Amino acid sequence: MEAFCFILTGSFVALSCGLLGVFLILRKMAMVGDAISHAVLPGIVLAYLVSESRDTIPMLLGAAAVGVLTTLLIEWLYSKARLQMDASIGITFTWLFAIGIILISLYTGQVDLDQDCVLYGEIAYVPLDLWILPNGKMLGPGPVWITGGGFLLILGLVIFGFRGFEITTFNPEYAAAIGISTVFWHYLLMSAVSITTVISFESVGAILVVAFLIVPPATAYLLTDKLQHMLWLTALFGVLSAFFGYYLAVAIDGSIAGAMSVVAGIFLTLALLLSPKGGVLRKQKIPSRTVG
Amino acid sequence: MSLTAVEIHNLTVTYDRRPVLWDIDFSLPAGHLIGVVGPNGSGKTTLLKSIMQLIPSSSGYIRLFDQPLEEVRHRISYVPQRESVDWDFPVSVRQVVRMGRYRRGNLLRRLSAQDKALADHAIEQVGMTAFADRQISQLSGGQQQRVFIARSLAQEADLYFMDEPFAGVDAASEDAILKLLSSMKEAGKTVVIVHHDLQTARSFFDWMVLLNTRLIKAGVTKEVFTSQNLQEAYGGQLTILSQVSDLVQEKDFPIREKQYRDKP
Repeated sequence: MEAFCFILTGSFVALSCGLLGVFLILRKMAMVGDAISHAVLPGIVLAYLVSESRDTIPMLLGAAAVGVLTTLLIEWLYSKARLQMDASIGITFTWLFAIGIILISLYTGQVDLDQDCVLYGEIAYVPLDLWILPNGKMLGPGPVWITGGGFLLILGLVIFGFRGFEITTFNPEYAAAIGISTVFWHYLLMSAVSITTVISFESVGAILVVAFLIVPPATAYLLTDKLQHMLWLTALFGVLSAFFGYYLAVAIDGSIAGAMSVVAGIFLTLALLLSPKGGVLRKQKIPSRTVG
Repeated sequence: MSLTAVEIHNLTVTYDRRPVLWDIDFSLPAGHLIGVVGPNGSGKTTLLKSIMQLIPSSSGYIRLFDQPLEEVRHRISYVPQRESVDWDFPVSVRQVVRMGRYRRGNLLRRLSAQDKALADHAIEQVGMTAFADRQISQLSGGQQQRVFIARSLAQEADLYFMDEPFAGVDAASEDAILKLLSSMKEAGKTVVIVHHDLQTARSFFDWMVLLNTRLIKAGVTKEVFTSQNLQEAYGGQLTILSQVSDLVQEKDFPIREKQYRDKP
């Protein structure tokens, strides 16, 4: 039963992150996902300090606000301050993450949360739950409920927003020309990434969030040339990574999040070797791309 | 048809305070194939993007069929440059063309059977039915351009803006696109095309807008395509200048095939 809970939580996180990650990597914004997943930290801490509770809603709002702020900052540094995109991302998220770390260390007396928890998380003892320990209460619904709810939210968003994300990702200029707001869809995606990140944060930590945002979608990208299939394959690899990752962690008695990331990486390696598009083992069979 | 399709007044567009388009003022009649021609960096693409409101303009206003863009958006179609998308994107030809049926209003719903039929018809019009299920990176440049045009056709618009549809296009695709354009003209559509190649411009278009940051001249091709106008647009660029004088001096214009030589 315990194992089932861990795998379920991991799968929900993998599914939410993966579905959004597909659009992130197609927008060449994978590192923006990385940035958001780190930068929401001060949002979480501030929401906690302001609301003085560990309720999910204020934390989600805090994280979503900082997530959108992150993308605004990145875009401002890129377009107004004329820095390179990667430099803008690097500056923004290290800066915001550092603010989050400082906030945590300042309140480390009341909040039992350290940098390791933030980075690596741990399903085994759901560290952020300890936030409400001073008054002796544990919140009822475990991470399974929270990540499950998050997954349903993202699933609905991807089903109903599919065409919107598709067209604004593929050809934003054309989308704008037919009257679709690219700005709206951009910030919808960024908010969803922020919310997913904070939902997933406490159980799996920032590293696994980034891994699930990027690695299963990248694996799927290597294996298919249809967007729908890419979403399905991402879901499949995400769940498989959670499943085998958990048993790998049990077998080596190591970090669950770490093991899940490693398994996701193994799937990527297999895809690299076997991909019909650019697989190393099939290279000779591919017709060369027509240019011109 | 003396309807006005495009009307532009005092349009100025700047990037970083440097004007890219300066005080542009012209109107274009409906029902013609209209070329927008000028040297590199003369603001041709910027003109289309300003018309589609993809970039802000510093001054001036634009009317399409006597109305602002927002009112007539369903009658307007835009074909961006081929380089504007990542052709490795995981979609098929059919999926791209179906995007031509997307609207702000129907984005959350599935496409109707009629939408899908229109998309398939558009694919047929550009002669790409055999490739409909191909992923778009497996197409030649010309075929990719035809996919973009098919997506635009699926919109069933009246006024089309195309950015360099002939750039990097093979002969077969060029013929297919030209045939399509003339049938669009017969159907009363207006097509405004950014075109970089002077050699072919005169034969492709019956109207022309000659541009170099300022408007040099807009009018029927015969009046615009004079040595004086071309020198004003391309002045200083010696290689092109010599081409220009060649072009204008040659009375029988030997570059294109017979069908384009009917006017001596």
